[in-house]
Amino acid sequence: MSFIQILTNGEKGLFKPNSLTPMQKLTLRFVVVGLIYYGVVVIEGMLMRLFEVNPNLALGVEPKQFFAIMTAHPLVGIFGSTYSIVFGAFLFLVPFLMKKPLWSIKLGNWTLWLITIGTFVFWFAGFVSHYSPLYTLYWPLPADFSQFSVLGGTFFIVGIALVMVGTAFFVINIFKTIIYTPDGWEKQPGGALIKSALGLTGLTNLFSKKKKEHLVSLPVAAIARGTVDTAFNAVVILFAGVLILIYMVAELFGVSLKHSAIDALLYKNIFWWGLDLIADGLVLIFVAGTWYLLATLITGKKLFMENWARAALFVEMVVSWTVWSHHLMSDQAQPGILKILSGEMVTAFELITQGLAFFITLATLWSARPLKMSHPLKFLLGGLLGFALAVPAGIMQADLGLNRILHNTQWIVGPHVHVAILIGLTMTLYSAIYFLFPILTNGAKLYSERLASFHFWAHLLGGIGMGAFMGMAGLRGMLRRSIYLNGEFNIYMILAAISGSLLLLAFLAFFYNIVMSVGLKGVIGIFMPSKLRTKNLLPSE
Amino acid sequence: MIDSNIVLTGQTVAYTFYVLAIMALMGWFSYKVTRNGSGKVVKPAIFYSFVGLLVVIGVSLHIVTHETIPWKPMDLNRAEIKADKEFHITMKNHEFRLPTSKLIIRKNEIVRFNVESKDLTYGFGIFRSDNSMVFQMQVIPGHINDILWQFDRLAVYSIRSTEYSGPKGINMILRDAVEVVE
Repeated sequence: MSFIQILTNGEKGLFKPNSLTPMQKLTLRFVVVGLIYYGVVVIEGMLMRLFEVNPNLALGVEPKQFFAIMTAHPLVGIFGSTYSIVFGAFLFLVPFLMKKPLWSIKLGNWTLWLITIGTFVFWFAGFVSHYSPLYTLYWPLPADFSQFSVLGGTFFIVGIALVMVGTAFFVINIFKTIIYTPDGWEKQPGGALIKSALGLTGLTNLFSKKKKEHLVSLPVAAIARGTVDTAFNAVVILFAGVLILIYMVAELFGVSLKHSAIDALLYKNIFWWGLDLIADGLVLIFVAGTWYLLATLITGKKLFMENWARAALFVEMVVSWTVWSHHLMSDQAQPGILKILSGEMVTAFELITQGLAFFITLATLWSARPLKMSHPLKFLLGGLLGFALAVPAGIMQADLGLNRILHNTQWIVGPHVHVAILIGLTMTLYSAIYFLFPILTNGAKLYSERLASFHFWAHLLGGIGMGAFMGMAGLRGMLRRSIYLNGEFNIYMILAAISGSLLLLAFLAFFYNIVMSVGLKGVIGIFMPSKLRTKNLLPSE
Repeated sequence: MIDSNIVLTGQTVAYTFYVLAIMALMGWFSYKVTRNGSGKVVKPAIFYSFVGLLVVIGVSLHIVTHETIPWKPMDLNRAEIKADKEFHITMKNHEFRLPTSKLIIRKNEIVRFNVESKDLTYGFGIFRSDNSMVFQMQVIPGHINDILWQFDRLAVYSIRSTEYSGPKGINMILRDAVEVVE
């Protein structure tokens, strides 16, 4: 086949979008949207990297734009990219593992479009108006209209709200799918299914001689547990959004509300409680669940120490609900007891819960030697390494002594945040994508194995390198939300930019490989309505 | 008091050692997992030992830092500690307002910085001339934001806001605003 034929029809013309079920199309749409937004995030990241080296290199980006990009970058990454890929995968995997249809494909499509449009709305509002209170939204900055446009901010918050509504629909769909009884089935035990899904059965089994049967598989339990945090997070973000909107709408009508009506510290506590349900809750839990699923699928073996894994999921729920204070260790008005108990001690538990998941996954893989070093396996090992690097970095900064000299430096956002997200989370997602690709495409073939290997190495080295050089700059005092115009940390920023360019090349290689595998017609076909009238996940043989 | 640079050097050494060790472990595992194995499951005793090790590391880190980093207990007990000198600093409209143009501190004095924000959330950090950080804290409007520090060497430091307060905040730097004298 010629290059043009492959680009148009995909590798060997194997991908036939007309053969896809509505569920396959829904999942693939989520993946395509997630990857496009990931591309946006990588480009934004590179612009910021260039700006950090020398503002003149960053294609005319001004300081106000720089901070607008910094505001949109993590939000597009979390909501537009990660939420899309994760929600798409889990809306497929929960019914797949429970061997029943998704409760509502229509609601799944609503989730997709609300997240897609919502992300575009807040990104575009930031792009046009330079609304830039950063994702932390520390009160009263988001309502400081001497620095930001009221109208731009209003659209920005509306965009976030749309994403949260889409998220709420995802939560409903997941839990309804777990407990509902499909037509023609025996009545399902909803209460027992929920207990099993939340990890309560696994916890009681640890202390009971009479072990109860697990009604849902471990990956479904992990998804359900993470989805609880997703729901609470959506409520808190919506609460903050509504509060900010009240100030914006009043301003639009010519009334300036008093900022001091809101206690900045209380707001910060509530905000971080909610935001940590993502950072220290659903991300860790979803990732652990995905590791367990991939380890069992790759090896075909039972998970090592399954009851411990289930109990750890329940413990992680308590941890994720009580861990937020490590973000307020440098806030002197925050009570010391919260800093020690929530900030130091509970955070240290993440070392234990994530360490358990790390060990259990490796032990499961070990039991099935020899394994072929497939793309899903190598990306899974990369994901495990990412969290093994990033979690201890986080535990160190969640210490009252060390936080005093690390808070808000590049250390936080380099070795901890970016290594966790780019290496830990993203490589785990890539592992799942490589594994699910033939299943979701009814046997389409990857265009190039070499490109997939390049994708792995460039992403791994780029991500670790970027995190490391940012961390070195942080240890030497470089702040994370500031601008250095005199080249104070240039050596680290140049090395971080070179590493970042590896990440960009890795993504381009992956994107090209996927497009050449399914073809442009295939990509368009994914977004056309399915011709199959079925709720089944996969087409019948 | 021990200098924060020494603590950061210790952290750098410890974390670098850990990074090299975990990368070597993962490299070794990736090689071995593709080789023939006995098919035996990992012994539960190894698993329980690993869990125990994690608990010990998680708890001991904070005990060790409490005993070795002097500003940690000083910060937790600062309400009971009498400072030798106190500076009241105000932050408003993206500007620092110092009591005097230069804050003069005697070596080994315990100093309390009491910083008040009149509008936004800011940060308050002391930096060396090579841009490395001595310490920082957040400055929240409507609350008391105070920190104790003991300077054990003669030097001149800058003050910088360590929290983002909008694009107007990028120039919140007072060069050579603190001087420690004999």
